[in-house]
Amino acid sequence: MTGKLDLDPVLVARARELAARAGAPVVELARSHTTVSVERAVLRLAGVQGADPDGIPWVNRLVDAVAADVGLGHGVAAPVFDALAREQLADVTLLAQKAAAGSVRFEVPAGRAATAARRTARRAVAAGVRRIDRRRAERERLVRRFGDPPRRPWIYLIVATGDIYEDIPQAQAAARAGADAIAVIRSTGQSLLDYVPEGATREGFAGTYATQENFRLMRAALDESSRELGRYVRLTNYASGLCMPEMATLAGLERLDMMLNDSMYGILFRDINPIRTFVDQRFSRQVHARAGIIINTGEDNYLTTADAVDEAHTVTVSQLLNEYFAHEAGLADWQLGLGHAFEINPDVPESLRLELAHALLVRELFPDAPLKWMPPTKHMTGDVFRGNLLDGFFNLVGALTGQGILLVGMMTEAVVTPWLSDRDIALQNVRYVLGAAGGLHEDFVPASGGFIQQRAHQVLGSAVELLDRIGEQSLLTAIGEGTFGIMKRPADRGKGLDGVARHEGDYYNPAVEILEGAGS
Amino acid sequence: MTVVPEQAVVPEKQIVRPYGDTTGDGMVQVSFTLPLPHDKRAEGAAIQLAGKMGIDPAMLVHARPMGDGFTFFVVYGRVNHLVDTAAVRVVERDFPLLSAKEVNAVVKRQLRRKLSVVGACIGTDAHTVGIDAILNVKGVAGEKGLEYYRELRVSNLGAQVSVPDLVAAARAERADAVLVSQVVTQRDAHLHNTREMSAAFREAWPAGKRPLLIVGGPRFDEAMTAELGVDRIFGRGTTPGEVASYLVHTLITSRKAATG
Repeated sequence: MTGKLDLDPVLVARARELAARAGAPVVELARSHTTVSVERAVLRLAGVQGADPDGIPWVNRLVDAVAADVGLGHGVAAPVFDALAREQLADVTLLAQKAAAGSVRFEVPAGRAATAARRTARRAVAAGVRRIDRRRAERERLVRRFGDPPRRPWIYLIVATGDIYEDIPQAQAAARAGADAIAVIRSTGQSLLDYVPEGATREGFAGTYATQENFRLMRAALDESSRELGRYVRLTNYASGLCMPEMATLAGLERLDMMLNDSMYGILFRDINPIRTFVDQRFSRQVHARAGIIINTGEDNYLTTADAVDEAHTVTVSQLLNEYFAHEAGLADWQLGLGHAFEINPDVPESLRLELAHALLVRELFPDAPLKWMPPTKHMTGDVFRGNLLDGFFNLVGALTGQGILLVGMMTEAVVTPWLSDRDIALQNVRYVLGAAGGLHEDFVPASGGFIQQRAHQVLGSAVELLDRIGEQSLLTAIGEGTFGIMKRPADRGKGLDGVARHEGDYYNPAVEILEGAGS
Repeated sequence: MTVVPEQAVVPEKQIVRPYGDTTGDGMVQVSFTLPLPHDKRAEGAAIQLAGKMGIDPAMLVHARPMGDGFTFFVVYGRVNHLVDTAAVRVVERDFPLLSAKEVNAVVKRQLRRKLSVVGACIGTDAHTVGIDAILNVKGVAGEKGLEYYRELRVSNLGAQVSVPDLVAAARAERADAVLVSQVVTQRDAHLHNTREMSAAFREAWPAGKRPLLIVGGPRFDEAMTAELGVDRIFGRGTTPGEVASYLVHTLITSRKAATG
């Protein structure tokens, strides 16, 4: 499916080099810092569970207690397991409870105590990583047993009632109606909570809280549906916001299959501190790599704020950066659901040809990535009839350009949260287009030197120019100066900065050690 | 073919009916779902509902089963209701609702500088959902927040901001407007905090010079502005576009109208 655009391989290689040049200093930053959420994720892997009576998770209480005594820069693993030995406790959650009551003092162990603490910490975290490994093996077994969806793209549908017990029957109905992947939208504002809520939840704002128990309940329900339908139905949630590393960890532990995980979304759209985001992101991607989870990146969001024609190249730039960061963290190409969207104003002349050019460019730049194809939202006006036609064209472009994951567009976008009938009509639309034109990509070859090829070359050229500019000044400066979307996000501002610490010389994180395959 | 002059075809009609393809035919089209499996009975039920909606005769043109026990219907028919345009009552907002583009255009053309907005949750309130929905680019319900507006300069101070810090930030940012969000209402905390805030701003700026003060939250009574010493209160369900339109109207359009 490559070679339809006659892209210059030298220019494509140059684009990747420039993305690496722009991204490398950010990786360096991520390797030399930790965050409260990374450390909480380590404790979750080590087996700390549950929350205090106010609903604050014990991992939060424990990390806060360690940070108050010795700071965050050593990593919490050694101080926690040192205290566990001194207190002669068997269970880390118990230690968290004692620490919250103020009856434990934390120290940075030295010498023999340090060696012993690191050894026990590593053993505990390794047990957590093994649980993730088992969940991955279980997925592979179930996919073999039930089978993958019979065709690409996978059909991706959203549920979001706020109540997990309402979400479950809706998700099962959606799977029965043809969905291959179900995403449970999170409650508004969860990305800005600096803790992960606990337990099954029945109240949310325009979405359902992401909790470990909600993950478990929904995965179990979809396993039931997979058995019934004879195809493995995938579950999606969000590794984004202030708790990104913990979300990735919980997703791995509960066998979620896809996670939304963008390198810059939180910075640009949620004003989360850039350093916090990049540190959290690297750890979460290492976990996703290990767990066999497909990430979905969020480039579609740029086009909801910026113009989809003028700013098309920023999508390409972000995809190249997302790819660089993903590879660096150990993700394979098949795990890169790079995002893009059908958001060009339908009143623009030749808008469909422009969409085809953009979608095909992404396909050819990333031939082995599944690609997440996002439906129109910005130009859905409430005219549901026109909206349904627009969604049909979106589906057609998806089929013509071999997209991997297709988020089903709703004609009632921006009107109501989808009704049963809206979803049914939207799925009919998808089924019709894929049934009637699913193989059309075999015949569709844009004319050599024609409109579509020229447009794709132009976007790639602008992307290379922008990457060149970013590389000269560093990505953090570019973000600080408002290169993406339209937001200026300086590195010393934004939410969650106080949860970032530079590594001390003796920083120890057994999870990173295991995930990077170092030590023994 | 001749073109009919416009004024000739628009007489002031008072009583109107829906229009299908002939004046006065009263034709409408509706679609709905009933929680019934698709059979003759379900189709009869759909006709019955259409009848109760005033559609008679009703033509059931499409019925389609969906999942277990639901059927989707499309009905065309003649509705027997009349609409009296003289009896239409419209609730007037006291400011026009503008698009982001229009807001930017007014600020650029008439203010000729960025309009500065400072936002925060004050007191011990840590619920930034409200202020973030209004200010974050992400916005709410598909509508972008004020950060998205090119001609607004937004500074979101976040949660648990003290009143003196808010006053200082408003001064540093030369705020035209200050937005405060209050969710927690235990022991009327939202009212105490708001009064404390408005008093501090009254003290810090000469009369008529202080920034516009706006509070928002799900439990405020929108009529309490005078009592709380603020210029405007926004209740639940407020969108960023409403806030932006209000700002432009109050700070620019209506002031121009008053002075010039």
